[in-house]
Amino acid sequence: MTKRLFVKGNEAVAMAAIEAGCRYYFGYPITPQSDIPEYLSRELPKLNGEFIQAESEIASINMLLGASATGVRAMTSSSSPGISLKQEGISYMAGSELPGVIVNISRSGPGLGGIDASQADYFQSVKGGGHGGYHIIVLAPASVQEMYDLTMLAFDLADIYRMPTMILADSVVGQMKEALIANKRPVRDLPAKDWAVRGKGGGEQRVVKSLYLGDGELEAHNWKLHAKYQALKEQEVRWEEYETAGAELLVTAFGSTARIAKTAIMMAREAGLKVGLLRPITLFPFPEKALLEQTKTCKKVLVMELNAGQMVEDVRLSVARDAEVSFYGRPPGAGSLPTPEELLEQIRKHL
Amino acid sequence: MQQVFKRPTSLKDVQTHFCSGCHHGTIHRLVAEAIDKYGVQERTIGVASVGCSVFLYGYFDIDVVEAPHGRASAVATGVKRAKPENFVFTYQGDGDLAAIGTAEIIHAANRGEDITVFFVNNTTYGMTGGQMAPTTLVGQKTSTSPYGRNKAKDGAPVRMAELLAQLEGVAFSARVAVNSPKNLIDAKKQIQKAFQYQVEGKGFSFIEVLSACPTNWGMNPLAANERVGTEMIDYFKLGVFKNL
Ligand SMILES: Cc1ncc(C[n+]2csc(CCOP(=O)(O)OP(=O)(O)O)c2C)c(N)n1
Ligand code: SF4
Ligand SMILES: [Mg+2]
Repeated sequence: MTKRLFVKGNEAVAMAAIEAGCRYYFGYPITPQSDIPEYLSRELPKLNGEFIQAESEIASINMLLGASATGVRAMTSSSSPGISLKQEGISYMAGSELPGVIVNISRSGPGLGGIDASQADYFQSVKGGGHGGYHIIVLAPASVQEMYDLTMLAFDLADIYRMPTMILADSVVGQMKEALIANKRPVRDLPAKDWAVRGKGGGEQRVVKSLYLGDGELEAHNWKLHAKYQALKEQEVRWEEYETAGAELLVTAFGSTARIAKTAIMMAREAGLKVGLLRPITLFPFPEKALLEQTKTCKKVLVMELNAGQMVEDVRLSVARDAEVSFYGRPPGAGSLPTPEELLEQIRKHL
Repeated sequence: MQQVFKRPTSLKDVQTHFCSGCHHGTIHRLVAEAIDKYGVQERTIGVASVGCSVFLYGYFDIDVVEAPHGRASAVATGVKRAKPENFVFTYQGDGDLAAIGTAEIIHAANRGEDITVFFVNNTTYGMTGGQMAPTTLVGQKTSTSPYGRNKAKDGAPVRMAELLAQLEGVAFSARVAVNSPKNLIDAKKQIQKAFQYQVEGKGFSFIEVLSACPTNWGMNPLAANERVGTEMIDYFKLGVFKNL
């Protein structure tokens, strides 16, 4: 029987990584994600794994690049300022078609900002935070259970699509403790890593690279990457719908904000208001079709975010043409996490 | 009849893209000879850096991972930790290793990663057209030091082999040159020694090779070769700085 545990979201990420077969972790300390390296520095050596506290986030993403190039499951984690430093490496991994899991327990900015919960890294995560025009898979857990389940999924998706995959969360989901059922790693058919460097060993030379200088080579490579992004949109979009049947207002929020919004919607439903929630779980690929479907009947959408308006742009691009999209958000910082009452008031205002 | 000179097995039979008189090709050959000597071609993973040597995989018949500019020793750390049974080396220029990648090389060395690093010092950024590097000699004119490197403003050239030798994690550190038959024979010996350190699992080994860049020095191949033997060796002394 699977155990029921009571753990922090960050610990759930670390536990899921181990269950997923990840034995290599590279990171650099930063609040509010340090529970992840602390957990793994304790557990990985027991499993003959490797834990390196690198000299910087730049070094740690490149260690991840190197380890992933050999075909092993590996991971790094950080928080916003550190994730900025990793962007060069993420771009190289995307260009080199390397899997690898990157966890961002994001904090407020810009600059040093603060350590409060934040969704201000949405653009950076889903639009390709580094140079060159690429995407990575972005998963947004909203509970400790999802921190676990989506981390496990992240390793599979990374391997299947040969893409860096990010867990985008914040201190609300990272630091809170909730019940967790630590499910076993699901059995999945994964593609053979016949591209990984291993030392020729008598076979063909293998090269992991992102440099393409021949006439037409880079364009073809980019189209190949683009085709993967299209496949993701067809096959891997995940979202949650809550009380959407007959809703006259559709709230759209992800991660921590979606949790608060859900409480506000429960309160609204009790008060007889027809409001539902569509929570994107994959931020890339974004649930475009689900939003279009919902807004064929529900013409009012209220996007809530812990930033000044980022995901709202993708919502606007997705909804039915005659749907009206409003936004309520607060730039992250100490004291700016909205209460359910505050969101309920917004729901009333927009119904 | 006995064949006395042939292409190392781990080098491909391809035409070089290096400028004439460039030492990268010679250094490639010495590294390939060492791979052959220790019989590690089948289990070698090279890490290419960004610079004129970025096409490492085009010359060496081995598996290669291409690193971002300056990050080769961090990439090699990830490779080696995941695959300790493999022979792992990086091949980096002076801009790559001694400027943008300084943090990565110092910490890989300090951790005593069991890798071998080939550091090709040609006192300039070859690939980008000859700008000033951390190794550019005082007074040397480059495209971004048109009045010559000014020690008061730009600092003195960095001596990486000596600097790294200070770190406890470093097992072997040496500087060699390939400008004369005598130096070449010694370079070959030291490069093989650096390999031996990793083959025996003794820890981090570092070889700095002084290299000519006739194109960006504005010299013909002979004059450039001579500059290595005079000005360069004068400042960057050849020798073994650490030999545990
Ligand atoms: C982040 C980043 N900055 C700058 C460059 C441009 N760049 C390419 S190669 C190079 C320097 C190469 O010089 P060196 O490492 O000395 O190698 P060499 O060509 O001299 O062998 C630079 C600055 C880059 N590719 N990436
Ligand atoms: S530019 Fe300099 S370093 Fe680059 S290939 Fe030519 S001579 Fe060699
Ligand atoms: Mg150079």
